[in-house]
Amino acid sequence: MDFSFTEEQTLLRNSVQRFIQDNYDFDSRQKIVHSDSGWNPDHWKAFAELGLLAAPFDEQYGGFSGGPVETMIVMEEFGRGLVVEPYLQTVILCGGLINMAGSEKQKSDLLPKIAGGELVLACAYAEPQGRYNLADLLTRAEKSGDGYVLNGQKAVVVGAPWADKLIVSARTSGDQRNKDGISLFIVDKAADGVSTRDYPTVDGQRASEIKFENVKLDAAALLGAEGAALPVLEAAVDAAIAGLCAEAVGCMRVLTDATVEYCKTRKQFGQPIGNFQVLQHRMVDMFMECEQSLSMTYMVNLKLDEDEAERVKAASSAKAQIGKSGRFVGQQAVQLHGGMGMTDELNVGHYFKRLTMIDSQFGNVDYHLRRFAAAS
Amino acid sequence: MDLQFTPEEIAFRDEVRDFIAAKYPAQLKGRRRGDADLTKQDYLSWHKVLAEKGWVAPSWPLEYGGQDWTSTQKYIFNNEMARAECLQLMPFGLVMVAPVIWTFGRQDQKDYFLPRIYNGEDWWCQGYSEPGAGSDLASLTTRAVRDGDHYIVNGSKTWTTMAQFADMMFCLVRTDPDVKPQKGISFLLIDMKTPGITVQPIITMDGGHEVNQIFLEDVRVPVANRVGEENEGWTYAKVLLGHERSGIAGVARSKQQIARLKALAADTSQNGVPLSEDPDFSRKIAALEIDLLALEYTDLRVLASESAGNGPGPESSILKIKGTEVQQRITELLVEAAGYYGNPYLRGMSYEGDNFPIGPEEAVGTAPEYFNMRKTSIYGGSNEIQRNIIAKAVLGL
Ligand SMILES: Cc1cc2nc3c(=O)[nH]c(=O)nc-3n(C[C@H](O)[C@H](O)[C@H](O)COP(=O)(O)OP(=O)(O)OC[C@H]3O[C@@H](n4cnc5c(N)ncnc54)[C@H](O)[C@@H]3O)c2cc1C
Ligand SMILES: Cc1cc2nc3c(=O)[nH]c(=O)nc-3n(C[C@H](O)[C@H](O)[C@H](O)COP(=O)(O)OP(=O)(O)OC[C@H]3O[C@@H](n4cnc5c(N)ncnc54)[C@H](O)[C@@H]3O)c2cc1C
Repeated sequence: MDFSFTEEQTLLRNSVQRFIQDNYDFDSRQKIVHSDSGWNPDHWKAFAELGLLAAPFDEQYGGFSGGPVETMIVMEEFGRGLVVEPYLQTVILCGGLINMAGSEKQKSDLLPKIAGGELVLACAYAEPQGRYNLADLLTRAEKSGDGYVLNGQKAVVVGAPWADKLIVSARTSGDQRNKDGISLFIVDKAADGVSTRDYPTVDGQRASEIKFENVKLDAAALLGAEGAALPVLEAAVDAAIAGLCAEAVGCMRVLTDATVEYCKTRKQFGQPIGNFQVLQHRMVDMFMECEQSLSMTYMVNLKLDEDEAERVKAASSAKAQIGKSGRFVGQQAVQLHGGMGMTDELNVGHYFKRLTMIDSQFGNVDYHLRRFAAAS
Repeated sequence: MDLQFTPEEIAFRDEVRDFIAAKYPAQLKGRRRGDADLTKQDYLSWHKVLAEKGWVAPSWPLEYGGQDWTSTQKYIFNNEMARAECLQLMPFGLVMVAPVIWTFGRQDQKDYFLPRIYNGEDWWCQGYSEPGAGSDLASLTTRAVRDGDHYIVNGSKTWTTMAQFADMMFCLVRTDPDVKPQKGISFLLIDMKTPGITVQPIITMDGGHEVNQIFLEDVRVPVANRVGEENEGWTYAKVLLGHERSGIAGVARSKQQIARLKALAADTSQNGVPLSEDPDFSRKIAALEIDLLALEYTDLRVLASESAGNGPGPESSILKIKGTEVQQRITELLVEAAGYYGNPYLRGMSYEGDNFPIGPEEAVGTAPEYFNMRKTSIYGGSNEIQRNIIAKAVLGL
């Protein structure tokens, strides 16, 4: 049993922390969010130079052969900084899918580009009717000659406005909610027949609704085996959940620390409001939620390689935990800051908003309680 | 004890219903208090229709334009307004300052201000909170110094709701700094056009502009605009806080919101089945409805006690706490029902687009609404402060 970090991992954390400190204070973050494009491609290049984009990939693909612990470290620090750039989408989720399912050619084509910061990806897995069920797909890819023709619509594809390519889940056979018959395709966002509607999200990111109308794909666009993508997609999403949990922990820590600090300095009734026991206990509860969430984040990141049932239980239990904790910590941080907590100017509301959206990303508390129960 | 409506009450309900159907301004349909694009004129258009009918302030004394309705009629009226999703008017003039003026004001103040409030000629805002005085309101430091027939006011007020529209502000100022904090406060009515007043927007985390910080620099306020005695303002303000709390339960509005939540859940599919049929989700709605039902009957008990001549007591803190908790949980569940479609932030964008819409229309704006509703446990005396009040005044702790 060992929960300590290696020297390299500590260096990694330090370098991410330094980057956030120097380049990603709250005001800079807000400037990025309100800019036309909503992200900073220079930061993306800097992430590449720091090796963050290469962290989980094998050396032969330009990577550093790290694993979930490395991406967990990055995501926790990104959570603290409320980083909007699409690390989770590009590196963990899409990079993970390519790594798991890609042909040798796809891996050696794409992974070095991700690691080098030249390729941004988004994963189009959700559909308007599908809610959190990854298998509920109306998007279809019909065989046509050597390749496929893709038709359908995808919902709230986070990071899509910045992406060069999309990984799209689609039905190659079977009915709407069949577990079999699902395939993944790598689709150029600029391809004929792809149209997008881009918009900001309440948590400061960007997303798109995407329509595919008779988009022609050649055979090489297929990622992994035809019709057998669901287990791969689920494994990649679980890895993304593990990263998301770390991000949530980063957010919760900032909120808890900020609230404690605020209650020590804000005075009402001639004393710091932190003197009031009801607020002390509230902050103790926030602190405990952070600790429980951190424990679950370690747990899930250490269990991603176990057999499917164990991995599902790990991911769903961690996700349920951070959904519940994130809501409590976010709401209480706002409450204890009083009117200040309601403002756009203070960072507190922005962490609260991000935590709210983390709950619905990849399935909310109810969804994961059920998934956990079904796997137990 | 009786829970049935009489035939007369049912006739009254139909009258209210018909009036709304005939007279509610078309451009306000589907819009809610706090919506970013609502203008002052939007609020006033509805205000004027109600004033013409004589229904803009049914709780006022008859001589100033109120109605001699029973508490059941008031209940019916509020219910119908909520049921039809009528825009809620701002409370500052009608509900907050008017009772202070008719209770403590001079005759000339009543004659001048009350008709103007009734007819919507002045938009009022509430200048109580300050950067340093929130929950501990009595520690306010905005200073008013006598200079002949005027006070010269210096200081800052904050979180002032809708001050950007305001013609008048009722304001607590310190006139005597050398006595117990509660003793040295006066109640002034300040014309917002007076030189020296600056209104600076505060944007809330949902992106809306409903609150402001106000800076007062050598603002000259006629002594004639003081309500009641100098240094007695705190007593008057406390009466007003009582009025602010009654009606704060928002039962009728919450019922309407639950109907909206159910509609969204019915329109949201999960594995091909409406979310409203999901056992987990429908139980959450049921639990919320039960809390609301309990609140409704607590509210009715308080209402009955008030109409039996008892003033609003510390029990109204229950209404504030439970009412806001229900309101907040409804919006929490709206976001939950919206799923991924809680995330798009479409302020200033069309929902339809030329190309394709973004999610079910009922999901649009649910998250900003949830974020915004966090205010309700903070303002009007935070829920912690309300619990302190019950602990002290009811439980004797
Ligand atoms: C089953 C059982 C086994 C026990 N075994 C042992 C034993 O083996 N050896 C031993 O020495 N004792 C033992 N105890 C005693 C136990 O430690 C005391 O009951 C405990 O310390 C609380 O003291 P009290 O019962 O006097 O309650 P009080 O101290 O009177 O507390 C009453 C309530 O007030 C709350 N309270 C008190 N002070 C504060 C504060 N500052 N802030 C907020 N809330 C406060 C408490 O949390 C509690 O809810 C046992 C008790 C039980 C019930
Ligand atoms: C959207 C919005 C609209 C508003 N509109 C108006 C308006 O129109 N006019 C106006 O005058 N004001 C308005 N307010 C101000 C509102 O009344 C204050 O925000 C409120 O009184 C709390 O004060 P504060 O923000 O300074 O928080 P603080 O008083 O600093 O409180 C911070 C936290 O400490 C807690 N706390 C404080 N004291 C205690 C205690 N003794 N025991 C336990 N906990 C305690 C509070 O509950 C809160 O959680 C508005 C506020 C908001 C958010």
